Amino acid sequence: MKRTFERVIVFGATSAIAQAVARTLAARGARVHLVGRDATKLEAVRADLLARGAAAATVAVADLDDLALHAGLVEGAWVALGQPDAALLAQGVLPDQAGCEADTSRAHAAMIANFLAPASLLGELANRFEAQGHGTLVAIGSVAGDRGRKTNYVYGAAKGGLATFLQGLRGRLHAKGVHVLTVKPGFVDTPMTAHLPKGGPLWASAERVGDGIVRAMERGASEVYLPGFWRLILLVLRHLPEAIFIRLKI
Amino acid sequence: MIAGVRSWGGYPAVEHAAVLPLTWRHENLPAAVRPLLAAGLSRSYGDSALNEGGTLLATTGLDRIIRFDRATGRLQCEAGASLASLYALVIPAGWFLPVAPGTANVTVGGAIANDVHGKNHHVAGTFAHHVVRFELLRSDGSRRECSPTREPDLFVATIGGLGLTGVITWAELQLRPIAATDIEVDTLAMPGLDAFFELAAGADATHEYTVAWIDALAQGPALGRGVFMRARHAEGPRTLRAARRQRLAVPLMPPVCAVSRPAVLTFNALYRLRGTRTWKRSVQPYEAFLFPLDGIGNWNRLYGPAGFLQHQCVVPREAAPRALREMLAAIAKAGQASPLTVLKAFGDLPSLGLLSFPRPGVTLALDFALRGPETFALLEHLDRIVVDAGGAIYPAKDARMSPATFRAGFPRWTALEQWRDPAFSSSFWRRVTQAP
Repeated sequence: MKRTFERVIVFGATSAIAQAVARTLAARGARVHLVGRDATKLEAVRADLLARGAAAATVAVADLDDLALHAGLVEGAWVALGQPDAALLAQGVLPDQAGCEADTSRAHAAMIANFLAPASLLGELANRFEAQGHGTLVAIGSVAGDRGRKTNYVYGAAKGGLATFLQGLRGRLHAKGVHVLTVKPGFVDTPMTAHLPKGGPLWASAERVGDGIVRAMERGASEVYLPGFWRLILLVLRHLPEAIFIRLKI
Repeated sequence: MIAGVRSWGGYPAVEHAAVLPLTWRHENLPAAVRPLLAAGLSRSYGDSALNEGGTLLATTGLDRIIRFDRATGRLQCEAGASLASLYALVIPAGWFLPVAPGTANVTVGGAIANDVHGKNHHVAGTFAHHVVRFELLRSDGSRRECSPTREPDLFVATIGGLGLTGVITWAELQLRPIAATDIEVDTLAMPGLDAFFELAAGADATHEYTVAWIDALAQGPALGRGVFMRARHAEGPRTLRAARRQRLAVPLMPPVCAVSRPAVLTFNALYRLRGTRTWKRSVQPYEAFLFPLDGIGNWNRLYGPAGFLQHQCVVPREAAPRALREMLAAIAKAGQASPLTVLKAFGDLPSLGLLSFPRPGVTLALDFALRGPETFALLEHLDRIVVDAGGAIYPAKDARMSPATFRAGFPRWTALEQWRDPAFSSSFWRRVTQAP
């Protein structure tokens, strides 16, 4: 049976992928609760979702890297929505690998934003979804998390850790009626990747990835690569012998 | 991406210093190599949305709706929103865009900056006739809200202003109500050019949409033969259907131009079968009638790596029969025309912009595979016929008209130059404003 989503929490709501998912759900009349760091941007997203048909849209302004805020933010989402039926975690940063190597504090910041913060939020959300006995938890990992590459391993490690966390969480919540979805996008044309050269068949739009996320949520998938061809690419990359892999300039 | 930015025609190929996305309408312009130019979905055919050596500001991330009043049909949205996305939004509420060009894959900002027109120009005018107001972000950091009564000079300079007055961040549009998205289309065979003028005069009084397709390879007595279409929104029960997904696409560019003369002859012969001796009615989804080519993604790739040139002109009504005959004869003789030849009579509603292209008269649009110097020579020849007839060439479609041709068609260009943001320019503007 196709799941429907009428009350949805979106963390990192101003990200391009989060907006794409939220627009699709808003057009179907969902109520959304948006969490992000920048009040002006959140307001622009809120107005957009209301105009597209959201039954309601509320916002909470917070820096999600501040782990101490998480319990309160999740509590606030339940106050705003009643019993949410889905939560999307879409916050994240794409750090400069060389910068992380030169300055460990930058690596720390990237690991907090991409692993520690989402894992901490997932912990809070899992307890509440488990208690209410239903819900869908969606977090955005990355194809970069499937194998460590020299050009991007701080980001990759954080996303890989998040995927492992989600795997375990999926096992824990499976019997409790709560569904956990790991999304692994490839190259997505968003502001986060604005500095990278683009074009070519490997790049996808945020809309395409957003559509894929909503479809995966509906059918209750556990893990989805977006677009789907990345599953094949990663299958190959994961199975390359290490002796070869470490020589690749990727 | 920097090297990859091409306009729809694929010519010219130029390099940009950078392509930077604009994502939030409240943010200032980024620090970047100047000159700057906003670019949307790159459906301009030539170099009017290119900025060689400078920075393109990509606006497609500015695609949020700000307010949509379903009772009044007022829509305020960011300027990077595509018309296709707006149709999907407004149709279920019983509204429709009052003017759209031949593709829905353009942005609102681009529609204003080129003051686009559609098959209903004779009743609805141009896109800007339905723009209530917009915000312009200038390189000095100022934000100007422009409307017919507020900053009216900047309003008319920005309409059809080719993006040269700054970045349009958002716009407010007045939509039109519809009861049905389906379109009732009547088609009729058009034996020659004379028939077009009679048919257009009759149908423009009774039908919202009129357009003709012509076989640009026909010569002699058959010159200007083709198919005339008149259409209106279907009446009867309320049936509102948003567009279906595009099903076909050209996935890769063929190594050579696939639009060869035999292919065009075949296409034209088949297309002409649509025209019957008496009016024949069909009911089509709006996108099939208004945006026939949007059904095939990246159709421009069929022209191959060399790309193609479009030539769209307007000539005053009195001069039209003679000028069009002369142009069609030149094209048929050269044997270079493409399958997509469109003829449409503009109405008399004066355009608002300093550089708006539509004006009373007849507009002819032709695609030409770029085969080298002879293609440029043919188009130059067509330009001379247009200029002699007192007409103009559409900047949004152009990659090569001479400064003299441009100035003859757009004598108010010096006024736009005065309102141009000093940090903004385009490859087109530098080309056509250089000393002749």
